[in-house]
Parts: sequence; C-alpha cells; structure tokens
Amino acid sequence: MAYALQQLINGVTLGMIYGLIAVGYTMVYGIIGMINFAHGDVFMVGSFLSLIALLGLSALGITSVPLALALTLLFAAGIAALYGWTVERVAYRPLRGSFRLAPLISAIGMSITLQNFVQVSQGARVKPMDAILPGGIQLMDRGGFAVQLSWMQIAIVVITLTILGLFTWLVTKTPLGRTMRACEQDLKMASLLGIDTDRTISLTFVIGAALAAVAGFMFLLYYGVIDFYIGFIAGVKAFTAAVLGGIGSLPGAVLGGLLIGLIEVFWSAYFSIEYKDVASFSILIIVLIFRPTGLLGRAEVEKV
Amino acid sequence: MTALRDAFLSAVVALGLFGPMVGLVTTSGDGGLSLHARPIATAVVVGLVFVGRLLILSWRGRPRRATNRPIAERLVRSGKYITPLLLIAAVALPFSGSRYYIDLGTLVLTYIMLGWGLNIVVGLAGLLDLGYVAFYAVGAYSYALLATTFGLGFWTCLPMAGILAALWGVMLGFPVLRLRGDYLAIVTLAFGEIIRIVLINWTSLTNGPNGITGIPRPTLFGLAFSMDGGPGTFGGFFDIEPEVIQRIIFLYYVILGLALLTNWVSLRLRRMPLGRAWEALREDEVACRSLGINVRNTKLTAFGIGAMFGGFAGAFFATRQAFISPESFTFIESATVLAIVVLGGLGSQLGVALAAIVMVGGLEALRDLLSVLGDQMHSPVFAGIASELPLYRMLIFGLALVVMMVLRPRGLVSGRTPTVALTKVKAIAPDLVAQGRG
Repeated sequence: MAYALQQLINGVTLGMIYGLIAVGYTMVYGIIGMINFAHGDVFMVGSFLSLIALLGLSALGITSVPLALALTLLFAAGIAALYGWTVERVAYRPLRGSFRLAPLISAIGMSITLQNFVQVSQGARVKPMDAILPGGIQLMDRGGFAVQLSWMQIAIVVITLTILGLFTWLVTKTPLGRTMRACEQDLKMASLLGIDTDRTISLTFVIGAALAAVAGFMFLLYYGVIDFYIGFIAGVKAFTAAVLGGIGSLPGAVLGGLLIGLIEVFWSAYFSIEYKDVASFSILIIVLIFRPTGLLGRAEVEKV
Repeated sequence: MTALRDAFLSAVVALGLFGPMVGLVTTSGDGGLSLHARPIATAVVVGLVFVGRLLILSWRGRPRRATNRPIAERLVRSGKYITPLLLIAAVALPFSGSRYYIDLGTLVLTYIMLGWGLNIVVGLAGLLDLGYVAFYAVGAYSYALLATTFGLGFWTCLPMAGILAALWGVMLGFPVLRLRGDYLAIVTLAFGEIIRIVLINWTSLTNGPNGITGIPRPTLFGLAFSMDGGPGTFGGFFDIEPEVIQRIIFLYYVILGLALLTNWVSLRLRRMPLGRAWEALREDEVACRSLGINVRNTKLTAFGIGAMFGGFAGAFFATRQAFISPESFTFIESATVLAIVVLGGLGSQLGVALAAIVMVGGLEALRDLLSVLGDQMHSPVFAGIASELPLYRMLIFGLALVVMMVLRPRGLVSGRTPTVALTKVKAIAPDLVAQGRG
C-alpha cells in the first residue's frame, strides 16, 4: 500500500511533465492539423536553457532558491518561445497549404537539426546536476517503507498547476485565446472574419514552446540528468498522451499526460523497467484502435 | 535598406537563439558542471545568420527569366536517358576496382532498395510509415538468427526473412487499418521503437545491445568466398587467387540484383489491378470504398509487400556487415528512407534512386570533405572545430531536409500522376446518357 502510494506520487509528478508537453502538441494539431515533430526537441532545448540559467545564476551569486527558480523559468520559457517562433517561421510557414506530408518531413528535419545542434554546441555527454531542493516530507512509514514527498515534487506540481491555470485563463478569457479557439474550429472562416491567422499560429507555437520549456525545467529538476536525446522519447510519449486524451482537447492533454505518467511509473514498479516505453507505446496503439477520438476528443466528421 | 533592416532583425533573433546555447557551454569538471563563455563562436554564428539573410533576400529579389521550366519536368523528359545511363553506371561500377567506391555503391543501393520498398507503402498506397526500419530489423535478425542457430545459408534464409518481415507488416497493418495520415505515422513510429526496445532487452534471443556476430556471408551457387582457396570456394573453383575484393564485388551485384528486383516488381504491380487500387487509395479513400475496392486487403498487401522488401534489404545488410546490433535500427534510419522517398517525389522510381544517391552518397561525400577539411586546418583556432567536424554531418542533413522541403515540397521528380489515367475526353451522345449508360 505504502509502495503504491509512493508510485502514485511519482506518477503524478511525471504525468504533469508529460501533460505540459502534450498541451503544445494538441494546440498545434488542433489549429493546423500537423504533428509538430520538433516539439519534443524544443522541450529538450528548454531543459538545456534551464540548466544554463541555473548555472549562470549560481555563478552570479544568487543563492535564494525561489528567486533562482523564478528567473530560470522566465529565461528558459522566453528563449524557448523564441525557438518555437523561429521553427514555425522557418520550417512550417513556407509549407502552409502544401501537401500533407511536406510539413511533417520538414518537422522531422527540424527535430534532427535541433538535436544535433545541441549535441554540437553543448556536447554529447549527459549533464548531471545537483539537486536544488533536497529533502522533503515523510508522509508515512509502514512496514519499514517510508513514503516520501520531496520538496521537488511539491514544487513541480505547484508550478505546473499554476502555469496550467494561467494558460487556461489565457485560452478561455482573453482575446488571444478567443482567436486561437476560432482558428482551431475553422481556420479559413477565422481568416475571413478578419483574424490574423498567421499571427495566431505563431503565438500558438510560442505558447506551446514556452510550456515545453517549463516541462523541460521540471524534467531537469526531477531527474537531475539531461542529454541531447531526451526530447525524442519524451516527445513521442507526450504525443501519446495528447492522443490518449483526445487530440485537440486541452484538458484531455493534461489528463492523458497524467495517465501516461501513472502507467509508466506503475509499469516500472510492478513489471519491468526495461519495457516501460513499450507499455506506453502499446497503450497508444490500443487507444487508437478502440477509441481513435481519445478520452475527451470529438469524433471527426468526414465530409465528402 | 529594408533588406538591411530585415537582416539586422534576423541577427537579433539569432543572438537570442544562439547567445545562450552557443555562447554559454556547460562542461563537466571536478566540481560538477560549470559554464564557459564562447563569445567568438556566437559572433561567428550570428554574423553568418546576418549575411545569410541578406543573401537570401537578394536572391529572392533577383530578376527572373520568363521561361523557367521546372526541374521536375526536365528530369521527367530526360528520364528515358538517365535511367539507362544510371543502370550502365551501376553495372560498370565494380570495374573501377576501387574498394571505396564499391562499398559506397553498396550502401547507396541498399538505401535505393529500401526507398523503393517504402515507396510501395508511402508513394503508391499513400500510407505514411515512420517505422519502416522495423521491417529492416526483422529481416536482418531473421537471417542472423536462422543462420547462426540452424546453420542455414543466405539464399535459403532470404525468402524466409522476406516472409517474416511481410508477416510483421501485415500484423502492424491490422490495427492501423482505420487510422489515417498523421495518426498512422505516429503508430508506425511507436511500432518501430517497440521492435528496437524488444531487440535490446530480449537478451536471451538477440544478445541485447551486444548484437549478433559471425553472421555467414552469402555464397555463389554454393561457392564460398573464403580466403583459403580450397576446392569448394570461389577462388578454388575458378582457379584464381582469392581476394577480399571478389566478395565485395559479389555483394555489390547481389544488392544490385535485389534492388532491381524490387524495382521490377513494383513497376509490374503498378500496372496490375492491385497497383491501381493502391494509387486510387492514395488519391481518395472514400471514393475507393464506394467503388467497391476492398480497402482492408489493399492496405494490408501494401504493408506486406513493402515490408517484405524491407526484410530482404535487412537480410542483405546482416550478411554484408556480418554483425548486427539494435544500434543500426534507430528512428534516424526510418527518417532517412522516408526522406529519400519524399525527396524523390512520391511514387517516382527514378526520383527515389536519384534522391538516395544525393542523400546517402552526398552525406558520405560530405563526411569525406569534412574530414579532409579537418586535416587541412592546422591552425589552433580551428583545431577544436576540426575534431568535431564529422559531428556536423547530421546537423547539415537535418537542415538539408528542411531546406529541400521548403524549396521543393513536391520532391525532385514529382511523378504523382496515376499509372493509369483517362487522358482523352470522350464525348458521349445524348441518347446514351438518357439510357443511363454514360
């Protein structure tokens, strides 16, 4: 029981990270109907930016942990947003209205580019980092197994929920959110009604990249080790989460992320850690066979 | 003036992008990670972006010639000359005697074969497959395991490897029948990763990350290419001095034959009802369904036949390398083959061959160029860059994918017209229409 509770805590923490990345996938898919293959790599870039910012801040002598966290978050999200904007501008915008496969290939190219760019600029070796927030609360101790809730996990969940709250407010209450939802419903109609769709799509990528950078920061805090390859697997899993929750649905993405995180953690805990990725990918295949619309998605009406 | 302003803005963006990532490098030392500044490298990259943007803008604003026939059209026109030329060059290549070129030719031909195999799935049937490397892996491991466990020869195992790969293709095909487009892409990608993870972790069967060694080489009608020159070997039978190059040349002709077989089969299939159904499926699935085409069987055969050729190529890969490990079957291989198919212009056989030559041969040429450049640059400033030059290969490959897509989204040769199409408009008399025969 205590063991399961511990896994639940770990799973929710991991799920929050996946959920944040999944939101970026689902937003882009909802609006322009493409898999932004490079999104996982923007997450990885965000993770590296966080590492650089943390090291830079400690070199500057900023020791206050909350201040360092906040500054790092702002820095990583800001620069990663610039990456998202550039990727869209360079690789996707010229291909809008082209045939279906073109943006996907371009996205794969961008993904390879970003991965190797980081490998070349920051080196291929893994980057280990000391824990910033050591310690935690011991929730209970039963049968010699102590259930730990670390400060780090609390920080991750709190930061993620805050960011998601902000994001929900942005989408539901602001004019920008309204134009985004309009573009998601019908891109052509939205442009006919005077919405600057190019600008909206750009901003979608910017917001998605910023969220991915937050996830990258959380990933760095949680695991303490990153390398240039983390984006690929995390990206595929987050996409699985988006599909699981119903692609195009923002609450669905977070729900899917939580589910994937829980499945992965429980699978590693009770079955085999080697096959945890196989478990997530199998879930993706099973969901697509039996419920292609996902848990919270709408059925796509095919018009002839 | 606007160009200058634009380039300046690009440089500012580049400074934001590359300032932290290139300008500040994290290095691991004794006391954990530390940061180092690299202002010169940052300045160089930002300067390159500034100049590059200026060049692009001036290139875009150049006066255009009125008659600018697209490359694709010219290629299709000269296709009937290029194809025999390429074929002659391919057959004649081993006579150059250079081991380097034959090895490179074998590599390129392997990718051409993979490209033609995937072309059946993606180019003809229009099913986007990002996990093609899975079938390549199935073929390679089938041959390796059958040969090392049961001692079977290459030519016995080749059909078996193909059949096993086709079986896996159909198995993957079943669950994804209802999916379309991007969903299909991500499921096939996941499938490729599942196969790779299983290969890594099922150590009792596949020997895990260490791979399988000592895979036997193919024989020529039972004649082995061994160095002892005994009676049962190639050298002994023809009474010539055994040399390594003989085996290399033989392997080259094996893959050339396999690739041409792939080409011949897909060209034939295109003219059969099945091939026409594939092309119809690519153009419009709903129309296919309403015209009574069995969409399920059509898709499954496309997956199966495409996978079979992937399996053949995999078996060849295993026998050529004599060693395989899961390392060789990563997503990057799938991406490379898909890129070859797409750049070749979906559905065009010649385009795929040209794209494979450009991408794989070009990549190899680039690697050589970079290592030569690295040797040439003795100055201390470039010493660091020179040692890392081969690393930039994949970076350039990724950028090339993006650039080629942006410039030529339809590929080098856009041969997307169906093999069978009604070109002549026939007038039908009104009395026939009235009777419902029109």
